[in-house]
Amino acid sequence: MTKQVQQLDRVIIRFAGDSGDGMQLTGDRFTAETAEFGNDISTLPNFPAEIRAPAGTLPGVSSFQLHFADHDILTPGDAPNVLVAMNPAALKANLGDLPRGADIIVNTDEFTKRNLQKVGYTASPVEDGSLGEWRVHAVPLTSLTVKSLEGFDISKKDAERAKNMFALGLLSWLYHRPTEATVRFLRSKFAKKPDIANANVAAFQAGWNYGETTESFSVSYEVKPAKLTPGLYRNISGNQALAYGLVAAAVQAKLPLFLGSYPITPASDILHELSKHKRFGVRTFQAEDEIAGVGAALGAAFGGALGVTTTSGPGVVLKGETVGLAVATELPLIVVDVQRAGPSTGMPTKTEQTDLLMAMFGRNGESPLPIVAPATPSDCFDAALEAARLAVKYRTPVMLLSDGYLANGSEPWRLPEVEDLPDLSADFTVAPNSDDGETYLPFRRDPQTLARPWAVPGTPGLEHRIGGIEKADGTGNISYDPNNHDRMVRLRQAKIDGIAQDIPPLEVDDPDGDARVLVLGWGSTYGPIAAAMRRVRKTGAKVAQAHLRHLNPLPANTGEVLRAYDKVLLPEINLGQLALLLRARFLVDIISYNRVRGLPFKAEELAGVIQDVIDSE
Amino acid sequence: MSETTTNGHVGDVEGLRGSGLTLIPRSTAKQTLKDFKSDQEVRWCPGCGDYAILAAVQSFLPELGLRRENIVFVSGIGCSSRFPYYLNTYGFHSIHGRAPAIATGLAASRPDLSVWVITGDGDALSIGGNHLIHALRRNVNLNILLFNNRIYGLTKGQYSPTSEVGKITKSTPMGSLDKPFNPISLALGAEASFVARTIDSDRKHLQSVLREATAHRGASLVEIYQNCNIFNDNAFEQLKDPGLRDDITLRLEHEQPIVSATKAARRAASGGIEVVAREGLPESEILVHDAHDPDPSVAFALSRLDEPAFEHVPIGVFRSVERPAYDTLMEQQMNDAVAERGPGVLAELLTGGDTWRVG
Repeated sequence: MTKQVQQLDRVIIRFAGDSGDGMQLTGDRFTAETAEFGNDISTLPNFPAEIRAPAGTLPGVSSFQLHFADHDILTPGDAPNVLVAMNPAALKANLGDLPRGADIIVNTDEFTKRNLQKVGYTASPVEDGSLGEWRVHAVPLTSLTVKSLEGFDISKKDAERAKNMFALGLLSWLYHRPTEATVRFLRSKFAKKPDIANANVAAFQAGWNYGETTESFSVSYEVKPAKLTPGLYRNISGNQALAYGLVAAAVQAKLPLFLGSYPITPASDILHELSKHKRFGVRTFQAEDEIAGVGAALGAAFGGALGVTTTSGPGVVLKGETVGLAVATELPLIVVDVQRAGPSTGMPTKTEQTDLLMAMFGRNGESPLPIVAPATPSDCFDAALEAARLAVKYRTPVMLLSDGYLANGSEPWRLPEVEDLPDLSADFTVAPNSDDGETYLPFRRDPQTLARPWAVPGTPGLEHRIGGIEKADGTGNISYDPNNHDRMVRLRQAKIDGIAQDIPPLEVDDPDGDARVLVLGWGSTYGPIAAAMRRVRKTGAKVAQAHLRHLNPLPANTGEVLRAYDKVLLPEINLGQLALLLRARFLVDIISYNRVRGLPFKAEELAGVIQDVIDSE
Repeated sequence: MSETTTNGHVGDVEGLRGSGLTLIPRSTAKQTLKDFKSDQEVRWCPGCGDYAILAAVQSFLPELGLRRENIVFVSGIGCSSRFPYYLNTYGFHSIHGRAPAIATGLAASRPDLSVWVITGDGDALSIGGNHLIHALRRNVNLNILLFNNRIYGLTKGQYSPTSEVGKITKSTPMGSLDKPFNPISLALGAEASFVARTIDSDRKHLQSVLREATAHRGASLVEIYQNCNIFNDNAFEQLKDPGLRDDITLRLEHEQPIVSATKAARRAASGGIEVVAREGLPESEILVHDAHDPDPSVAFALSRLDEPAFEHVPIGVFRSVERPAYDTLMEQQMNDAVAERGPGVLAELLTGGDTWRVG
């Protein structure tokens, strides 16, 4: 039988199963195959905070969504074209997101009476006709896997476990993905357990062969490689890009990297990644708590290291006092906040943009600091370099606001040439800086940047004391003089404000230059907003887009840009935090659009919102 | 480089003992006390024990012969934490309780520095208790001087984690309820490699303890009984009273019998340690101090002797055992990583993993 091959321009697949079913691994592998094939990709893992919620229940469902296309794409996609449901819970949890006509591949082996009951199905939806509006492919994945592994010297449990690889093989066939890398991956992952490696490879190949022979799938699909900007690419998640960015920053600054961190979702992977790079002189310190993590990073910075701490919102709360100390002592420090849903513990694995005001104001006293927010997973690399540049040049803590969506999402990354990376060299002070050349004045500022000098222990003749008590301008001696305090408060503020002259102006994408509505965003909403813009512009509507990377200080032209439009729409995954800042600063009547569901915006949703604002003109 | 004894404690290793200063650059010029005085006016209450400790430290530092720029004093918050301002070295007056954490980052990344932590009983044992025990267990290369005056001074006289039960203060008008920490027991419980106690009024003893603490590479905790003449005057009066002190002070000196003028320590029938009259006690029954014992249980028993308070007070080095300092281990891993795969190359890092070329 010759099977039909159909051409598609893009596909969104969601793998969903129990937490223990290996859906994240399956998704990662399919992503790697797809990246190798040359499609553009965007991914969205979605998993419970519980490591293993009760098997077969709704809270235990883990999923991985992947959007791939023959053109450049901006988001992991709104609604899947294909759902792989490994059990009834996975079907039930995800069916609501599935448009009519989408394909559903169900593992019928798991649709037992007991599993159906666990999620409140009285009859199997696969059999009772309730899925009539979708194209259901009922596949006994578990038993086919077990059958394909007969003769392997492994337990039945291990054989059943390989069902995700069977599913991956089937999907790989369905979309013509290259398979060699997955085989290599499995051999290396299970290098110490050759039996398991062989079984997984066999299950993977059996899944492929099943697609090739079964009548359940009469059509396979081709999505041509995307025409991306020429260059060398790899797929990368936000956390990995951020870790690489920190290593690159340390190399470019010629400083040893010191990471003080405490494990917290969704930031821990940065700690994991950096701990692998000791041969770059990277020291990773898993501290006793969040406070010690940032404290050690600041202590290392005092000693001349690039001090970094990585955390999420609850950790930033704990670090606040030490960040304030870094503001007062004017030492370089990078504080990475991978934002997650709050308040308190909130929803640890879900994304949000709700820490902006905390980053701005979450310390006692007037304690300004720069804030940088990456827009996409691969942009986390550049954002880390930028955070390091500001920290080192201006001797200041810098807050880097990533979030759960960027951290775990991935996309192709066009690798930069190392020689194109910025030189971030720190100029340590090594000689007295008083006018008479006799003494060292630790708070005598650079007239341009207002940064204070950085003299590290071990430098003879520059012995000095710093601390959290107010310092006399210049000498750095303890000072309770009212006028000195007023001056120092203003100097610290002016130093941060001055950075506005050292960052690129806010760019506006307004193709015809005659739009009356501006859509503004910051951080991880870039992809969904840009995807929504495309949809709206396709209808002929005029709309401009701008995206803020520096939240503090704002680019120098921000007010000018905002005032140039009749309406400014600002979607945020919070209740309007940036809107509050912009309204206060520029007296511009921002139109906020806010959803705080722990999920990124959908392009379709935003397109509707944008259209409504345009139509209300 | 370390050897582990059967009871799981890391024992002494040849060549390690006394290596505390070997990685720190030496000064070629002769130093005096004056070299370590900063130009800042010292501002503690007149009569505060901190003056005596400052003077003892300033006159001790020249003896080490280290380059002054390689010495760093890090402190938290409290009266004692003003200490760094008065020393002409590098200094960092940080935030309440966090000095051990900040100093950990500094000492872990700079093996060439002599890093001192100056802290008090509230700073180290209350708000910063967590950081203290972790710095000790990690054996971070720090000299931690814990000024214990058994009261909060800077906040004007509330009871502290070392105040005796029933302490009447502004915040405890009917007496405090909390059982105090014994800093020595706590440090030994955290398996600190060097634990000692001394007193502000005995400069000679204080400096002898500092000498041993600085010779020790790794974390050394030195509890210094310090008088707060404003809010808790005479807290250690028994130890200063000429009529009492020689009787109740048990001097701990390695390989020397543990005795005061009139009392001696010996093994009790119960298995613990007891203090009995020295007179008539055969020399062979007197406990001989072994500060290098890898098993901390005897040191711990000694730390419990001052219960009830001030009946017998051991003074000196309770424990001094060698195990690799945290920075050494950290650097070893970095060296191993380089030895295995060569120094990191950024371009290789970025292009590692699966890549593909477009165009």
